[in-house]
Amino acid sequence: MSLALSAPDMSRAITRIAHEILEKNSGSETVTILGIPTRGAHLAQRISAAISEIEGNPVQTGTLDITLHRDDLRLRPPRALMPTVIPPLGVEGRNVILVDDVLYSGRTIRAALDALGEIGRPKTVQLAVLIDRGHRELPIRADYVGKNLPTSAQQVIKVHFVEFDAIDEVLLEEGSDQ
Amino acid sequence: MKHLLSISDLSKVDAIRILDTAESLSAASDGVVKKLPTLRGRTVVNLFAEDSTRTRISFEAAAKRLSADVINFSAKGSSVSKGESLKDTAQTLQSMGADAVIIRHSASGAAHTLAANKWMSGAVINAGDGTHEHPSQALLDAFTIRQNLARGNSDLAGLHVAIVGDILHSRVARSNVLLLTKLGAQVTLVAPPTLLPVGVEMWPVNISYDFDAIVSEVDVVMMLRIQLERMSEMFFPNAREYSHYFALNTDRLSRMKRNAIVMHPGPMNRGLEITAESADSARSVILEQVKNGVSIRMAILYLLLAGSTEGEI
Repeated sequence: MSLALSAPDMSRAITRIAHEILEKNSGSETVTILGIPTRGAHLAQRISAAISEIEGNPVQTGTLDITLHRDDLRLRPPRALMPTVIPPLGVEGRNVILVDDVLYSGRTIRAALDALGEIGRPKTVQLAVLIDRGHRELPIRADYVGKNLPTSAQQVIKVHFVEFDAIDEVLLEEGSDQ
Repeated sequence: MKHLLSISDLSKVDAIRILDTAESLSAASDGVVKKLPTLRGRTVVNLFAEDSTRTRISFEAAAKRLSADVINFSAKGSSVSKGESLKDTAQTLQSMGADAVIIRHSASGAAHTLAANKWMSGAVINAGDGTHEHPSQALLDAFTIRQNLARGNSDLAGLHVAIVGDILHSRVARSNVLLLTKLGAQVTLVAPPTLLPVGVEMWPVNISYDFDAIVSEVDVVMMLRIQLERMSEMFFPNAREYSHYFALNTDRLSRMKRNAIVMHPGPMNRGLEITAESADSARSVILEQVKNGVSIRMAILYLLLAGSTEGEI
């Protein structure tokens, strides 16, 4: 098990992503941030807070549960559903930033794009992730990446947030038998 | 969970999981999203060998919101009226590839028979069997009570529910007694002795013959329909006398606790067990029950059909 990102690393990565989002969208006025539960929703709150601090205004922030749109539902026991919270200005015509903790196969993001399409038609959809570990199964890439972390398929990435796990860190674990 | 046959099969954790799932799904369908792709390609058969309006339509609406294909099959106008057995019907549905069968039948235990005999591989959902159980109704009732009165709790601890009327013939009462007590509520049955089943003293409930004495103490008054079609003999002298002692009328309505609610599983006999004024009052959550029915049935279909089942991986 090795430490991929420490707490200060994570904080710096989140601050950089916040700046990149502001640069690309010329400020935060048109931006709506949607985190994918559960860890993506936490990361979205962090990015949102970082942007607010830079700009001095709150950013439209919510969560998007994608469970009902997954293509692998039949491969596992039924999953618990998480809340979807769309902020007041909605997604229509907005620059929506999807936020997830780890980008892997890309299937979660595909489901998120479907879920988003049911709600409205954003002007653009951008993707922010803390870790991109490769092994994409779909033609999807991230616009904002905290850290590119080449992995083997056997390895496991654990993202810990202080709110959940008492510490901010990203760990890379060698594969278990699963 | 492979089938939903009776409340007695569910643990408290299972029941709360269904309620929580329904809550997420109702949030989804309150918004702009009316249709979800979750059960695309799955076939759900509504096998209704007994009359029903809201349960059948509710299950159909739930399945369609999750994009399942729905086949409606009622006994009237089908081979069941020519004497086809439940076994042959089930095997026919299996050959047509039904992933789930929602069954309503006048024989108690029909859903169990269907599930236990492996005539078909799909999930079996009991939508009411004789005078035995009606689990989806009890779940939507518990969901409605939780939304109105539980103040953020996940169960119904501390609430007192009166179930009033024809307990003897009511599968709704039976499922509700099991579920509400499982979730921590106190249940009092109110009925004339002739409309209480044999062995009711073994149930985890209080029994009262005096509606007036209890109406001001409870948080929920759940009125049951007088099931005239199941009554071949006299259970009470006449309808007026029954209404006098056991109907929810304006006087009893006015004596209910401040936040108490009125429920009825429908269809109502207005003027017999409930007056029109009570049914349409601000306390009445009868239409909420109907709306919540769709969310609960979406949750049941999601939990039974969306994930993997044994042997499928």
